[in-house]
Amino acid sequence: MTPSDDRGAERRAGPKRPALARETLLAIIGALALVLCAWAIPWLKFVLTIALAKGIAVLGILLLLRAGQVSFGHSMFLAVGAYTVAFVAPGTPEVLLLLPLAALLAAALGLVIGLFVVRYRDIFFGMLNLALSMVIYSLLEKMYAVTHGTDGIRVAGLTFAGQRLEREVQEWAMFGIALTLAVGFGLLVRAYLGSPMGRALAGIKTRETRLEFMGLSARLVLLFAYVLSALMGGVGGALVAMTSRHVTPQLAYWTSSGELVFIAILGGAGSALGPFLGATAFELVRVYAAAAVADAWQMILGGVLLVVILFAPGGVWGILSSKLKGRGA
Amino acid sequence: MPSTIIEWFSDNGLLFGLALLDGLAYAALVFMVAVGLNLVFGVLRIVNVAHGSLFAIGAYTAASIGIFFASLGLPMWAGYVALVLSALLVGAVLGPLIEKLLLRRIYGHEDVLQLLVTFALFMILEDVQKLIWGVQPIMQDAPMKFLGTVDIPFGDDFIPFTAYQLFVLPGVAVATLAALAWFLRRTLTGRVIVAVTTDKEAATAMGIDAAKIMLLTFSFGAGLAALGGALASPTTSLVPGVGASTIVLSFAVVATAGLGQIEGAALTSLMIGLGRSIAVYFAPEFEVVVPYIIMVAVLLVRPQGLFGVLETRRV
Amino acid sequence: MTEAVTRRAAMLGAAATSGALLFAGGNARAQAKPTELRVGITTFLSGPASVFGVPARQAAELLFEEINKAGGIGGIPVRAFFVDEAPGTDHLVGEYRRLVQNEGCQIILASISSGSCLACTPLSDEMKKTTLLWDCGTQRIFEEGPHPWAFRTQGYGTPEVLAPLLYLLKHKPDFRTLAVINQDYAWGRDSWELWKAGMDAMKPGVRVVAEMFPRFGATDYSTEVTRLLAARPDVILSTSWGGDLTTLIRQSTERRLFERSLFVMPIAEASLPTLGRTMPAGHIIGARGDHWNNHPAPKDPARLKRLVDSYRAKYNEYPIYPVHHMAQAISAMQAAYAKALAAKGAGGWPNDLELANAFRGLTFDTPTSSITLREDGQGLEDQIVGLSSFNDKYPFAVPKDMILFPAAMVSAPVGQKSTDWLKTLKPDFVAQVPAPMAG
Repeated sequence: MTPSDDRGAERRAGPKRPALARETLLAIIGALALVLCAWAIPWLKFVLTIALAKGIAVLGILLLLRAGQVSFGHSMFLAVGAYTVAFVAPGTPEVLLLLPLAALLAAALGLVIGLFVVRYRDIFFGMLNLALSMVIYSLLEKMYAVTHGTDGIRVAGLTFAGQRLEREVQEWAMFGIALTLAVGFGLLVRAYLGSPMGRALAGIKTRETRLEFMGLSARLVLLFAYVLSALMGGVGGALVAMTSRHVTPQLAYWTSSGELVFIAILGGAGSALGPFLGATAFELVRVYAAAAVADAWQMILGGVLLVVILFAPGGVWGILSSKLKGRGA
Repeated sequence: MPSTIIEWFSDNGLLFGLALLDGLAYAALVFMVAVGLNLVFGVLRIVNVAHGSLFAIGAYTAASIGIFFASLGLPMWAGYVALVLSALLVGAVLGPLIEKLLLRRIYGHEDVLQLLVTFALFMILEDVQKLIWGVQPIMQDAPMKFLGTVDIPFGDDFIPFTAYQLFVLPGVAVATLAALAWFLRRTLTGRVIVAVTTDKEAATAMGIDAAKIMLLTFSFGAGLAALGGALASPTTSLVPGVGASTIVLSFAVVATAGLGQIEGAALTSLMIGLGRSIAVYFAPEFEVVVPYIIMVAVLLVRPQGLFGVLETRRV
Repeated sequence: MTEAVTRRAAMLGAAATSGALLFAGGNARAQAKPTELRVGITTFLSGPASVFGVPARQAAELLFEEINKAGGIGGIPVRAFFVDEAPGTDHLVGEYRRLVQNEGCQIILASISSGSCLACTPLSDEMKKTTLLWDCGTQRIFEEGPHPWAFRTQGYGTPEVLAPLLYLLKHKPDFRTLAVINQDYAWGRDSWELWKAGMDAMKPGVRVVAEMFPRFGATDYSTEVTRLLAARPDVILSTSWGGDLTTLIRQSTERRLFERSLFVMPIAEASLPTLGRTMPAGHIIGARGDHWNNHPAPKDPARLKRLVDSYRAKYNEYPIYPVHHMAQAISAMQAAYAKALAAKGAGGWPNDLELANAFRGLTFDTPTSSITLREDGQGLEDQIVGLSSFNDKYPFAVPKDMILFPAAMVSAPVGQKSTDWLKTLKPDFVAQVPAPMAG
């Protein structure tokens, strides 16, 4: 028995009441801190919106991690969401229509790819996702006439419930939408992980055959999680496109997928809050590292990741929750 | 339909032959990188993302040593010594260093953590390379120039190929494959490695020092990556980012081949090499996606990879 | 800079200015003279394109040092804030905001990559911040819509492709077949589209025997080289650059492809110092401008020599074109500030709008020539194309039989799309090509 199995056992039992309260408290504090930060430091509003968007996509990674599977190609759904916005926005610039459309298309692709990849586990699962994301990356890059290759596409001006907004107001609107969606998807994931379908995911990680003896199809359980994660990837990608207003194939490159997994671990896989903690930490480290040493930011990010894995494998969430626990007791 | 195929071949048969020659050399380069990765994965169960960095560092080191040799006025064949030296250096110094300082601490943790440790290492090494070797392309082509070219007849015409590409690359790859096969099947250490690959728990129970085997395998894999880089260095210009694009292809090879299977890696590399060069001639738009299409196709038919063994499902 | 300090400072700042910050977009208020002139510079500091990005940063550091030694701009020192383009556009547009809103940069020098420029330019409109496109080449920027706050201080794709094409038509008018091998990304595709439009208009009937777009950053071209050897085209066009181009040239020379076909390489200049004597002689090479080390008649020879010598002394390598493009952007910035400050009178400092207005129609000197910014923001930079050759002065190839193409001759007129304009060219356009320069 390895230590990780013990942690898994605790997780399978689901968060206990005080843990749940801690999570809620942290989420409220976190949301308030984000709003305050975005108000106090205007340029950070943009960075934080991107962080929230990526956090939503990382929630999807979290689901798969519960099943012990690592998708090294998840950014393809991000790219699908982003390119949906870029392609459709000139005709239909309405944010409230674009978001569900991006989610729907990403989920549909997730279903098609999911039907294929849920038959595989571990490295095969990871590498197949990687291969398919590289195919999508290559297509976005190769179909120059349609996608403008690596130059990418500028996202046309957007409307919010029919209103065309000033830049400053629009940035706030995007931030608000991202925060609302983050809270919504966070709650959804928490409820899902507590449901039988969600708990069955942990079964795939430990002893898949046992799951099947109970009459549950492991593939179906995983497929459901995969489609949900693709959907959230699409929403995250749409938000990234609407915020940065420019999409490029790099969104689908394998290092971007690596980043998402990175964020999941950095934040901590123990809570639905983890992805947002991780994404915020990731984006902040990246911008400050880039500001401090523009040509060695990769080294700093890599170093941070190493330190987290070696010394705080629970991620930011793990650190925060143990601190809170210590104080509460 | 058959008649059009025959027609096509009579029109393009010669070109097809050229594509095969090119594909062979490319396959050799792919194999050299992928086989080390596959070996490491077989024993350590870690997808080593930093393998690409080791490839790049091997290439840079070989070029640096080669340039140093040239500045000493050594003859051109010394370039080959530089290639080997670089592989030995990375295998004997960098490999053990990474294994002992980093990987050793996370054995037994979740797979994703192990993978991310190597991802972090990859990010760090990307910048380290840049700090050491700078950003301007570095090149050292003495080993390629030393052997000159060979003219291959092509209808009334002829096509010059470098002897390095035609003989050295495939030669080294075949020799590596044969040596590895012999080592793994015929020597004690090799058999122990195979035993750990197949069932680590049983092997440890029988008294095998798994830690030592892991150190050995990782260093060996690192050396192979560096050798792959060193072999590629005479024909290519070294720039930042060369590791990232190399490694992603090796991933595809490993999954297609079957875990830890060196023959599988060889066959997959061959399919990818030939598939790619045929694509360059006849459907250049698909060149980039060829490896992935091959991988998806193989895994559809054989979910455990070409040479993989189905693992028994635990209850 | 630590996060804690920034946060505290930001909180204080927020308390002081309260809600005013929220709507602080483009300001038309009177501008107090700052204590330093902050310049944001985006460039590649990692990845394959850092072969251009790092020399450009070195150039900026060198020149800023020089400027500050001489008293700065308008009496205040200049300070550069560098940003890496490599992490991608979503990161870059965030960094652009940081440069403007947090670092207080008064002017941004944006981007090597066309993708970065296409992302930053609309942002310059929105944030009303003067942005100099210091290196990117895409013709789409000013042809797909106006960008009143952006100015490109060098040439762009159209002249950089048309000049070598005209040189080829003059140098080897009888070629019948051509192959292209470009990097598979926007520039590789765009430059081929421009070339093809111009070639089909001025010399119809050329057969294209191979169109290859190998992966960006490819390390092996042996298959492509074999195919080119077998196809035996009269001319091979490649607008590749960096490591890709040096690899292509080395693998091609080794296999004697340069003996079978005439190469046209519009961006070869940056790779020549790396290639040294490996570069074959007698092929058409370009430099994305007129800034060759052996320019026979530079406008200000002393200044060119000073730039080359001081760059070499500091970094132990010859300057390549990104160095010159960075120097041009900085020259333009100096000239525009001088103009704006003169208009403002003693003690004044231009606001964002006044600064942008100073750039429109600005003419500034470069070591080799002078560049005028057109009314659409596009700079007119002359192009020099020549044949690769060797002399005793340089340990690498330099052009001979150079032809100087005046920028206005090879640029699409304001308001016209490049491909449409190129299609209107007639075969007799070649007759307007000037004679080779003396020297």
